Amino acid sequence: MIVLEGVKKSFGNQLVLDDLNLEIPAGKITAIIGPSGEGKSVLLKHMIGLMRPDAGSVRVEGEEISGMGRGEMNRVREKFGMLFQNAALFDSLTVFENVAFPLQEKTRLTDAEIRERVRDALSHVGLTGVDAKYPDELSGGMKKRVGLARALLMDPRIILFDEPTTGLDPVISRAINQMIRSTHGKFGYTAVVVSHEIPEIFDISDNVAVLYQGKIIEVGTSQQILGSQDPMVRQFINGSLEGPIQLV
Amino acid sequence: MTNPVQKIGAWTLNLLADLGRMLNFILYAVYISVRLPGHPRHILKQVSFIGARSTFVIVLTAAFTGMVLGLQGYYTLAKFGSEGMLGTAVALSLIRELGPVLSALMVTGRAGSAITAEIGIMRITEQIDALQTMALEPFKYLVSPKLIASILAMPLLCAIFDVVGIWGGYLIGVKLLGVNPGAYFGEMEKSVEWKDVYSGVIKSLSFGVIIAWVCCYKGYYAGHGAEGVSRATTSAVVLSSVLILIWDYFITSVLL
Repeated sequence: MIVLEGVKKSFGNQLVLDDLNLEIPAGKITAIIGPSGEGKSVLLKHMIGLMRPDAGSVRVEGEEISGMGRGEMNRVREKFGMLFQNAALFDSLTVFENVAFPLQEKTRLTDAEIRERVRDALSHVGLTGVDAKYPDELSGGMKKRVGLARALLMDPRIILFDEPTTGLDPVISRAINQMIRSTHGKFGYTAVVVSHEIPEIFDISDNVAVLYQGKIIEVGTSQQILGSQDPMVRQFINGSLEGPIQLV
Repeated sequence: MTNPVQKIGAWTLNLLADLGRMLNFILYAVYISVRLPGHPRHILKQVSFIGARSTFVIVLTAAFTGMVLGLQGYYTLAKFGSEGMLGTAVALSLIRELGPVLSALMVTGRAGSAITAEIGIMRITEQIDALQTMALEPFKYLVSPKLIASILAMPLLCAIFDVVGIWGGYLIGVKLLGVNPGAYFGEMEKSVEWKDVYSGVIKSLSFGVIIAWVCCYKGYYAGHGAEGVSRATTSAVVLSSVLILIWDYFITSVLL
């Protein structure tokens, strides 16, 4: 379980997270939705210690991480995998080397064992025959799938997905969403998915939290959020121009 | 913020914060280089990039520097009838000063800018964040091999610069202007001491640290987007070059 309490974060004069409270239940898929630029990725980066809150607390499975040193933080990060918005593949390495990288650096597996694990991970995400390609030779959807394979490889207990389907066509988006659902079913990890892909995100999420103006304004199951009467939530789900969300 | 005093204050605070961050960066880089120096394969790759692939530009620069020293030195020494000292003048200028400084400036332009751009692009495309999320130490892969490689490569490049420069001076002084070849090398052998060579080596080692430090730092903290990387690269080359010249003065005053 990940618990954020009273988290505040500013960049210069801009307050991005404002006394934010959120609980991510273990073993479930929790989606964080909200308008663009509201700090969803910033929130995700707080959960894995890539950013530190100005105030408040972030606890991962009971451990307070906001004041941790590098060594301790790395120990906590062993529990995590993360799929970045643009996959964040190492551009000087091939697909095989990208996926194999954490195994080569953190385990004592033989080359044959690593090859086997990488092949398995790539087949879980439906990729074959791309081992020798470089990231710039892949489509957006393929990059995301390689990123997912890399995130799954070390059997993490928690996986953070930063806009996993943004910029992809509807078919690939659905395939990625199904992959998240199926790998979650198979491995049972805790998933946090940042997205503004409505309504697809409701199909794969157990819980949904809505972030607006630095606060979580509503949390509930997909059905509860879909039935919400909050005007902001309604406007966001319906994609309406009329309502409290003002376009700047 | 319109008050000029406030502006100066804010600028000073930013500068001090940046200096503090730079100091922390090099201390942590040294700590990681000692504790987790990285795979020898990564270090060798960087030695090849910073060192071997800079050889051509170093040889070219050294040859013309030696040739111009030969030319200028000859006409200056000829005024005092001391053309025979040309080898000494060329060798001491190169070994003590021009070899370390010019090779460092050339490596900054060729390899330093590329180091900043590479790390900067990794920063803006979240590849450094990806390393951190895997519980891996980014300095082990991005900074430490470059720091070690730079320290190893710079004295070697400087030695190549010195040798090629001396031959450039020979070509002009002896072959073109008629200085006695025996005098050129004989006087050089008598005048150049181990202390001169040692001073050049110390300089090039410290310049290696400066290049890797500044260029890795600027890339690691590059701003947003392509413009951020472009600014970081320019700033790395300028700051690194300026620091090399300033540090050269101080270290020369100590080593003299």
